[in-house]
Amino acid sequence: MSEYLLQMKDIYKSFNHIYVLKGVSLNIRPGTVHALMGENGAGKSTLMKCLFGIYTRDSGEIIYNDEHIEIKNAKDALNKGIAMVHQELQPIPERDIAENIFCGRYQLKNIGPLKIIDHKTMHEEANKYLKEVGLDFDSSTKLGELSVSQMQSVEIAKAVSADAKLIILDEPTSSLTENEVELLFNIINKLKKKGVAFIYISHKMEEILKISDEVTIMRDGTYVGTWKSTELTTDLIIKHMVGRELTNRFPKRENKPGEVIFKVEHYTSPNKRSFQDVSFELRKGEILGIGGLVGAQRTELMEGIFGIRDKVSGTMKFEGAELVVKRPRDAIVKGLALLTEDRRATGIFGVLSVADNVGIASLDKYLDYGFILNHKKLKIVVDENIKKMNIKTPNSDTPIQYLSGGNQQKVIIGRWLANAPDVLILDEPTRGIDVGAKYDIYCIIADLAKQGKSIIMISSEMPELLGMSDRVMVMCEGRLTGILDGKEATQEKVMELATKFM
Amino acid sequence: MANQNMTVKEGKKLMEEQSPMNPSFVKKRQIIHIFKDNIIAFLLVILVLFVGFTRDNFFTWANFANIVSNVTPRFIIALGVSGCLIIRGTDLSAGRAVGLAGVIACTLLQRNDYADKFFGGDFVAPETWWYVLGIALFVVFLSMCFGLADGIIISQLKVPPFLATLGMQTVIYGIACIYSDAKPIGGLRQDYTAIATSQMFKIGTFSFKWLFLFALIGGLVFWFLYNMTRYGKYMYAIGGNENAAEVSGVNVKKSIIKIYALAGCMYGLAGFILAAKSAGASVNLGQGYELEAIAACTIGGVSTGGGVGKVSGILLGVLVFELLKSSMQFLGINPYVQQVVQGIVIIVAVAFDVRKYLKRT
Repeated sequence: MSEYLLQMKDIYKSFNHIYVLKGVSLNIRPGTVHALMGENGAGKSTLMKCLFGIYTRDSGEIIYNDEHIEIKNAKDALNKGIAMVHQELQPIPERDIAENIFCGRYQLKNIGPLKIIDHKTMHEEANKYLKEVGLDFDSSTKLGELSVSQMQSVEIAKAVSADAKLIILDEPTSSLTENEVELLFNIINKLKKKGVAFIYISHKMEEILKISDEVTIMRDGTYVGTWKSTELTTDLIIKHMVGRELTNRFPKRENKPGEVIFKVEHYTSPNKRSFQDVSFELRKGEILGIGGLVGAQRTELMEGIFGIRDKVSGTMKFEGAELVVKRPRDAIVKGLALLTEDRRATGIFGVLSVADNVGIASLDKYLDYGFILNHKKLKIVVDENIKKMNIKTPNSDTPIQYLSGGNQQKVIIGRWLANAPDVLILDEPTRGIDVGAKYDIYCIIADLAKQGKSIIMISSEMPELLGMSDRVMVMCEGRLTGILDGKEATQEKVMELATKFM
Repeated sequence: MANQNMTVKEGKKLMEEQSPMNPSFVKKRQIIHIFKDNIIAFLLVILVLFVGFTRDNFFTWANFANIVSNVTPRFIIALGVSGCLIIRGTDLSAGRAVGLAGVIACTLLQRNDYADKFFGGDFVAPETWWYVLGIALFVVFLSMCFGLADGIIISQLKVPPFLATLGMQTVIYGIACIYSDAKPIGGLRQDYTAIATSQMFKIGTFSFKWLFLFALIGGLVFWFLYNMTRYGKYMYAIGGNENAAEVSGVNVKKSIIKIYALAGCMYGLAGFILAAKSAGASVNLGQGYELEAIAACTIGGVSTGGGVGKVSGILLGVLVFELLKSSMQFLGINPYVQQVVQGIVIIVAVAFDVRKYLKRT
């Protein structure tokens, strides 16, 4: 019997021949909490997906309970005693708690030759597990009536019901309040004593140091190392994650904010839980950071401004004149641009070429006789972008899906720059991008501000928010809770505003 | 799970070799892809060669001209459907729209001295070429209206294209039955049928018919639209990622409506020339042509995953499908068995459409 419950050795994984995991190892002891850390895009999720067989790894081995294993799917994993609680929970809100817990492995009873679902046993069992995770609900409650943290507990109950020996928690606290985090930690500690091991994926240093026994750090798809958490400090973790000292993570900014160019007043969504009565101003050549927790409705606000979402009231002023935006086209024509948060869902056209991806928002500029596309004109703009932003691609005809995340992001930035916008809204511009490309993107942002472009940047990464913004606007539960001067803003002040209504 | 025992060093080497930044690897991969993507086309070429060398009269100019005549209306329909497919929609009303256009054109273009005239003896049409042209434009316009309706239903009411156009298929068929009382219409004017039968010029034994011009011009117009205009770029963008297209300022709804309306025009045109070619029409004209067109597009590389498809590929797809049918006829295969084979080819073509999987990785 080895000292480890799970060993992942030298895992390699590539997509379209771009390697996202380059020899990563992970060793989990039974009855411990093992934190897995790394920046966005470091490959944590990919590693977990390789474990669960969602992705097929290129090479490397997985040893669980002293056996080489290949997990086929989530059900197979659960049978082996490995369960995952996803960051975005995948509940069936219209069905009750018991059905959610036993989904796919319902308790059955025989009626003659037929096997039918044994609701009575199922609910009895479910109630037992609910008690174990400290949930005071009857198992016949519809799952949709529970809060996010309660649903999470149900997910953990599901893992416990399958007699899981290893539970993976992916960003479990990203949408929890402090009290809820305490409750979660209680559950974890209780299960730990019973010998359950946890892989705990999170960005939050304090939490990691508090709950975990060991920490494995990844960077850019490589394995950095494993430490006992008692040996680590926040600074050390960051150093290992980033791979260099924290200084010089951001380029020097030489922009000088000028007069107010863009004004949003009393913007309110028809959805009561989304943005409510938000007003702010943006100056020429300014970088306005927007901070807040997941669910603060920052993305929704920007999509409202850009005409992707509806609003019930509120006005916008752009260069002194009223700006009416019903659909993205209206905003684009006036000189706004929006780099969306989810690159795959609303950014790239995967099967189309780099050139087409750049040109799509500015085709009007490359027309001869008003309707014939001049591909030469387009190519000049595309090649200029590739060169200026250091985009790594074989050529401009390559489908964008073959590029790495960072290069894809640069291509989309190029798409917007081709339109020469005055206001650029960047929603999590460095999400899922490796560190090198991140710095490139910071440089592009700083340079644009210097040229007098106004920038709104949503960021969930505190250093980025504090390091890049002239001012920081903070939202909580759809409302604006404060605007801080960039020089005075600190992590504590931002967090205080971000949790004001919680 | 290949390469399970690969060492770190080997892994790194492979990583460099297979990098998309490595041009020689990219080229190698492209060649493999061309074969993989067109596996059905390759298989059919083999079939055609087999038939050609084992049966007489297959490799003749006369047979080729015959195949091209059959290809022409089908190519025009396939061009229309291709836009719908590229934006990840479909159009199942194509065949019936062809039928309705054909029936209407026939009722208006019967010989004035024909005994069993649809509109009776009192209806006397002008015997000029512009009247024929006018009728052509009229059925194209009418057919466009149905396409327009499809587009509006799909984009505004968010009805899935499959259901919207399936419903429209039934509606159009019903209208055609009501209009013609489900009777076959014959006795067409000579200046109308001439469109499909008369010869423009002859090279050796190959007679180039005026009909072929429709395919040629249709192909050129669509090539231009798809490659040289915003219409085409927006279409590929919507197929590639509809949400991203909207965010990038594409008016997605308007584009969808335009695409379906243009598709409707093509069905109208196809119906007009198909009726001329068959020298008559009934409500069953064009039945099932939508599936043939979708199959031809897929064989020709239009991906059901969206965002991919070329006019040259569509032409190839139609040609290949028509050659398949002709080959089976020459082999003397039972016509009902031919139906079965065609159906299987359509399913296999879509199943082997590798591109639809590409998006997921």
